[in-house]
Amino acid sequence: MMKFRFRRQGHDPQREKIKQDLFAFNKTVEHGFPNQPSALAYDPKLQLMAIGTKSGAIKVYGAPGVECTGLHKETATVTQLHFFPGQGRILSLLDDNTLHLWEIEQKEQCSHLEEVCSFMLPGRSGIESTSATRVTVLLPKLSCDLLAVGTEGGGVHFLDYLFAGSNILLLTTLFSSVPEEYKCGKSLGPVESLQEHPQHPDKILIGYSRGLVVLWDLQIFVVCVFLLQQLESLVWVRSGNSFVSSHSDGGYMVWPVSSSTPCTHEPVTSTIPYGPFPCKAVNKILWRTTESGAPLVLFSGGMPRASYGDRHCLTILQDSQHITLDFTSRVIDFFTIHCIDRDKEFDDPLALVVLLEEELVVIDLQTAGWPTIPSPYLAPLHSSAITCSYHISNVPTKLWDRVISAGQRQCHLQTHTNWPICGGKNLAPSPKQQELLLTGHEDGTVRFWDASGVSLRPLYKLSTANIFQTDCDHNDSLTQAGEEDWPPFRKVGCFDPYSDDPRLGIQKICLCKYSGKLLVAGTAGQVIVLYLCDEKSDHMIDVATVDLLQDREGFTWKGHDRLPPKSSSVPFAPGFQPVVLVQCMPPAAVTAVTLHAEWNLIAFGTSHGFGLFDYHRRSPVLARCTLHPNDSLAMEGPLSRVKSLKKSLRQSFRRIRKSRVSGKKCALWLAEQDAEVTPVQRRIEPRSADDSLSGVVRCLCFADTFLRDGTHHGPTMWAGTNSGCVYAYALDVPSQDKFSEQSVEALLGKEIQLMHRAPVVSIAVLDGRGNPLPEPYEVSRDLAKAPDMQGSHSVLIASEEQFKVFMLPRVSAKTKFKLTAHEGCRVRKVALVNFSSVASEDYSENGLVCLTNLGDIHVFSIPALRPQVRYDCIRKEDISGIASCVFTKTGQGFYLISPSEYERFSLSARVITKPLCQLDVDRPHDPSELSPLSSPALDSPNSSADITLDTTGELTVEDVKDFLV
Amino acid sequence: MDCCLSRIHSSPVNIRQQHHNTLTCVCLPLQFEAEYRRFALKKNGAGSFQEFYQLLQTIHRIPGVDVLLGYADIHGDLLPINNDDNFHKALSSANPLLRIIIQRRDEDEPVVFPTNSLQRRKKGLAGLRPSQQKNKPALLIGLPQDFRQISSIIDVDILPETHRRVRLHKHGTHKPLGFYIRDGVSVRVTPQGVEKVPGVFISRLVRGGLAESTGLLGVNDEILEVNGIDVAGKSLDQVTDMMVANSHNLIVTVKPANQRNNVVHRGSKASAGNGSAGSGGSALSHESAHSPASQTVSQCSNSNSVAEGDSDDDDTDLIIESDNLPSYTPHRSLANGNIHGNTPSSGVFGHRPLPQSVSLPSSSSLSDSKASLSSLTTPTHNGSPTKTSSSQESMREDGNFITL
Repeated sequence: MMKFRFRRQGHDPQREKIKQDLFAFNKTVEHGFPNQPSALAYDPKLQLMAIGTKSGAIKVYGAPGVECTGLHKETATVTQLHFFPGQGRILSLLDDNTLHLWEIEQKEQCSHLEEVCSFMLPGRSGIESTSATRVTVLLPKLSCDLLAVGTEGGGVHFLDYLFAGSNILLLTTLFSSVPEEYKCGKSLGPVESLQEHPQHPDKILIGYSRGLVVLWDLQIFVVCVFLLQQLESLVWVRSGNSFVSSHSDGGYMVWPVSSSTPCTHEPVTSTIPYGPFPCKAVNKILWRTTESGAPLVLFSGGMPRASYGDRHCLTILQDSQHITLDFTSRVIDFFTIHCIDRDKEFDDPLALVVLLEEELVVIDLQTAGWPTIPSPYLAPLHSSAITCSYHISNVPTKLWDRVISAGQRQCHLQTHTNWPICGGKNLAPSPKQQELLLTGHEDGTVRFWDASGVSLRPLYKLSTANIFQTDCDHNDSLTQAGEEDWPPFRKVGCFDPYSDDPRLGIQKICLCKYSGKLLVAGTAGQVIVLYLCDEKSDHMIDVATVDLLQDREGFTWKGHDRLPPKSSSVPFAPGFQPVVLVQCMPPAAVTAVTLHAEWNLIAFGTSHGFGLFDYHRRSPVLARCTLHPNDSLAMEGPLSRVKSLKKSLRQSFRRIRKSRVSGKKCALWLAEQDAEVTPVQRRIEPRSADDSLSGVVRCLCFADTFLRDGTHHGPTMWAGTNSGCVYAYALDVPSQDKFSEQSVEALLGKEIQLMHRAPVVSIAVLDGRGNPLPEPYEVSRDLAKAPDMQGSHSVLIASEEQFKVFMLPRVSAKTKFKLTAHEGCRVRKVALVNFSSVASEDYSENGLVCLTNLGDIHVFSIPALRPQVRYDCIRKEDISGIASCVFTKTGQGFYLISPSEYERFSLSARVITKPLCQLDVDRPHDPSELSPLSSPALDSPNSSADITLDTTGELTVEDVKDFLV
Repeated sequence: MDCCLSRIHSSPVNIRQQHHNTLTCVCLPLQFEAEYRRFALKKNGAGSFQEFYQLLQTIHRIPGVDVLLGYADIHGDLLPINNDDNFHKALSSANPLLRIIIQRRDEDEPVVFPTNSLQRRKKGLAGLRPSQQKNKPALLIGLPQDFRQISSIIDVDILPETHRRVRLHKHGTHKPLGFYIRDGVSVRVTPQGVEKVPGVFISRLVRGGLAESTGLLGVNDEILEVNGIDVAGKSLDQVTDMMVANSHNLIVTVKPANQRNNVVHRGSKASAGNGSAGSGGSALSHESAHSPASQTVSQCSNSNSVAEGDSDDDDTDLIIESDNLPSYTPHRSLANGNIHGNTPSSGVFGHRPLPQSVSLPSSSSLSDSKASLSSLTTPTHNGSPTKTSSSQESMREDGNFITL
C-alpha cells in the first residue's frame, strides 16, 4: 500500500502500563437539577428523597454527597415513586402502566440503584379496553408486605412486594356495602387516593374521583362510606380520628371517622380558602398537627381562577398565619419531613420540601416566618439559561474564603439550619483542593459554584446588569408596588428564565485566581473588568470604547446597539465589583477573552477583530480588524437574522394557508415529492478564504516567550481566527513600578496563515521541556516551577482539523497531527491537562485533550502529539452538550446533559470525583419471610363478575343491580 | 518607462511593477546560454499573447525562433504562457516582479510544468536537461509542457485491478473540486455469500469541476479510501470532513462503477496507465494529454505521495513576519535573516495564494504538431535512471494502448 506515515500505536507493554495508570474514562456524577422531574418520594425512615423524571431516570438523594441514580430501560415518564420505608426499595410507576421495583445495592463504597423486577397488571381476557387496568394510585403499606394498587376502572389490587399474588378487592362486595343512595346511578370512577390509617394498618381509605370515599378494613371487613364532591386528594389526620379531603372546587373538608357511624354525611369543617369566586382545584393537601397548637395545613393550587389562576402556588396555613408561596414553575409534588415515631402524639413538621418543575424548594417550618433552607444539591443551574462555563482548579484558600463570605452576605430570608434530608453516610474524603465552576447566564449574571465535590453548591452570584441602563429596573419596582396584600404572596425560588435584555448575556469569563481579578464579556460587546473587594462601594465605572473595525470602510453594523452604561455612580455589594467597562464597536458578541493580571492587560475578540486593553491605565493598546473584505455576513448582527426569520415564518404561514385552500390534492403532491427526494449528499470543497464569518476571533492567549529572537523572551499576545489565521504580537510591558507612567506597546511580530484554513480553536505556548507555561503570578508567588526558558519554546496551535507544534521564534513546524484527515472528525474543544499517575504520586504527564464533533475524546501527548487514548463521551447528536464541555486542569470535565444538568466525567485514572456513600438498608432478603397475603378474605370465587364491573366505566344503576342478583 | 536590463546570455524576464500600471519583466531562458533581460510593461495595456511573444522575440533579438514561454507563479510553479488567458493570468500574478522563462521549442528538450517545478529546479537543473532520444513517432497530442498536472492515477502496480487510486491536485487551480458524495449500500462477495455493507459513493459531478474534467471519477464510484485511510465504518460526514481536510492533495481510492476502463495488469512492476479513458467527451484534450505525463510524474512521486503532501503543507502555512518588529537592538540583522531562512517562497508581506487557471483551450494544444510521445518518457525530474527506463519500457509496450 501507499507509504502513509501512520503513527502506529505503540505496543510497548511498559508504555501501555503507564497509560493505564494515567488515563481512565468515567462518567462520575450529574450535577444540577434533573431535567423535567415528574415524581417525588420520601422515605422518612432512611431519610432519602427520590425524584423521577420524564426520561425514566430515578435519582435518590440523602445527606449532601449521598446520591445514586437508576435509569429505566424504557424511556417513559416516571409518574409515581414510592419507597418501601426503611427497606431501600423503590417502587416506580411509568406512564406505560408498568410497575418497577428498584433496590439500593451497596457495592464497595458506592450505592447503586438496580431494577429487581417489573410488572404490568394483566389485561382481562375478552375485554379490549386497557384503561380499566390503568394504575392510578399506589400505596405500599407501612408494614412493607403489601402493595395496594388503585386503577382507573375502580378496582384495588393487592400485590406483594415482588408483584406476586395479585388479588382484587371485590367491587361486588364493596357495592353490596355501599348504601343505595350513594350510588346515584353513576360509576365510582377511577381510584383517586389510597391512604393507610395511621393507627390501624389494616384500614385503608379509598377515595374515588367522583366523590365516594370508602374506609376498608382488611380484617374485619367494615365499610364506612362518605359521599363528597369531586375528589382531588385525601390525607389522614395523625390521630386517625378524622381525615381531610381536597376538591376540584378549590376547597377542603375535614371528616370525622368513628366506627359507630358507618356513614357520615356532614364534614366537621368545609372551607374554600380563596373563595368566594371560583377557584382552581386543590391538587394535594397535607394536614400536620403541631404540639404548639393549631395544625399546619399545606396545599397546592386552589387559587382564584380569574385573578391568579396562572400562578403556581402552595399555601401554608396555621391559625392566623397564612403564606402563599408563589413559584415560577409548576408544583410537581411536595412532602413534609415530620416525626414518624408512632408514640409521639404530634407530627411537628420540620420542613416542607416542594419539587417544582425547575427547582427544589425547602421551607423551614420550625423557624418563625417559614424561611427557605438553601439546598446543598439539586441547584437550579439554569435559573437563567447557561450561556458559558469556566472552571478553575486548585483555588487558593484566600480567594475561596472571600468568595464564600461575599456569597453569604447575599442570602436573605434563608436560615442556616441543617439540611433536613440527611440519610446515608458520605464516605468521600474531603476534597484535596477547592474547585470553582463559573457559569455565565443569559440575564447577565455569573454564578460561582463549589465544584470540589459531588454536590455542586452555589457560592456567590454576580450580576452585571446593574451597570447598564436597561428597561427592567423600574419595571420591577412597579410590579412590586402594584401587588395586593391578599393573597399574601411570597416569591420563592430562583428560577427566572425571562431575560430582560438578551444583550446582557455572558459569553466569556476569565478569572485570575491569585489576584481576584475577573473578566466577563457579553453579547453586546461589553467587556467588564471586576476586582474582588470585601467592602461595599459606590463608584462610577470607567468606560472605554474600542473600535475594532479600525479604518475599514463600507461596513455598516445592522445588529443590536451597545448597552448604554449608567452615567451615575452605582452601589456595589461586597464581592466582585466592576471597575472598567470596555465596549467593542461594533457591539458584536465577544467570542474570546483572556486576562493577564500581572501585566494588567486584557484581550478580547469579536467577529470583527480583537483588542488589547491596559486596565490599569484605562487605555487601549491595540485594535486589529480581522474581517475579510468579502465577508458581508459578519456585518449583520444577530438581530437582523432574527428579522429575516420572522419574515420567513410569515411566508411559511402564508404558504400553509394557501395549501389549505388548494386542498388535499396539493398535500398529496407534496408527499410524493418528498418521497422522491435524493439521498443526503455532501459537497466536497475546500475552505475558501472568503467563507462567511472568517474573521471571528476564536482564541486569545498571553505568553512570556521568544517571538523576536531566540535569546530574548518577552510578553506576547496571540490571536487565532476562524479562517486559520494566527497573529502574534510582541508586547512591551513596563515593569511593575512604572505601570502608571509608561504605556504598553504592541507590535505585530508574526502572522501565520494555516494552509488548511480551518478555524483556530486554541493556542498555547510550551516551554523548553514541552510543558505549558504557568499562569500569571504562579512563578512570582512560588506556586509553580519556573518554566524552562533555556530550551527553545514552541507554540501549539490547535485548529478544527489538526494540531501543530511550531518552534519559536522561527515558527517552523515541528510536529503535527492531522486529526480530520485521519479520523474524519473535527476538533470542538481542546485543553492542556496534567495527568497524574495512580501508581506514583510524583509521576505526571501533560496531555492535549480534545473533544470532537463526534462527541469522542482523544488524548495526545505533547509536544510529540502522539495519540494516547480515545473514549466515547457525548452522543454526536447532542450538539449543545458538545458545545458546553469544559475541561479541568487535572483531567476532569463537565458538559450539559440538559439545560439544567452537568455531567461530570473524568479522564484521569487518579482524579475522580464520584459519589462514595453508604446507605444502611434494612430489608428481609428472603422473600418467604414475608407473608405474601395475609387476608384470605380477599380471595373471591366469582372475581370474573367483578372484573366486568370495573371495566365498564359508565355503569348504570340497572347494571349494578344485575350483578348483585 | 520601459527599462531594459539586457544581457545577451540568457533571457528570463522579470516584470516589476513600478507604479500601479507598469510592470517589470525579467526573463531567463534555459536553452540558450543564459541571458537576462529586465524590462517594464504596462499592466493594463499589455495587449495579447501574440504581441507579447513578438515583444520578447524583439527584446532578445531572436525573431523567428520558436520558443516556449513559462512563468513562475507565486507557489513557485513553472506555468506555461501560450495564449491570451494564461498570459493575462501571469500578468495579474506579477507581484510586482514576474519571472518569465523562455525556452526554444524543440522536441528534444521538453519542459513539463509540474507542481513545484521551480523548487525542484533549484535542487538541480539536471532534471530539465535534455536526454537524447528520438526513437518515438510523433503524435498529434498537445505537449505536456503546455499543461499543468491536475490529476493522476497512482499505485497501479499494487492495487487490485478493480480499484483505482486517483490523485487530484486542487492546489493552485481555480476550479472547484466539484463532486458530491452520498451514503449507499455496497455489495461484497465473501466466503459466506453476498453481503451488503454500507458504503460511500460519488453521487454527482459538478459540470466543469476538477473531478469531472479528469474523467477519473464517475458517479456511483464507491469510495474505499481517502488519503490512505479506509472509510469503512465512517459516516458520510466523517468522510466529507476527511476529504475537505485533504482537499489540497486529495487521493481517493475508488471502485469505479464502470469497470470496463480498468488498467490491465501487466507484469508485476510498472504498468501503464491510460486509466483516464473516461467517458467525458468535453474533457478529451485534457485526458489524452495528461495521463501519460502524469504517469511519469507518479513514477517519481508515488513512493512518498503523502509525505510529499505533508511537506507541501508545512511549507505552505504562510508565515508573515513584520519588518517593523524591532529586535533587541543589536540583533536586528538576525531577525531579518530569519525571514529569509524561513519562508523561501513567501517572504513578502501581504502575500496570499492566488488561484491559478491552467485550463488551456484544446485547439491550441492539439494543433501543436511538435508534440511527441517520446518526450513524455524522458526524465524530466531528478528521478532515478532505473525508474525512467522501466517507465520507458512500459510506454513502449503500451504504445498502441495509449493512443486508443
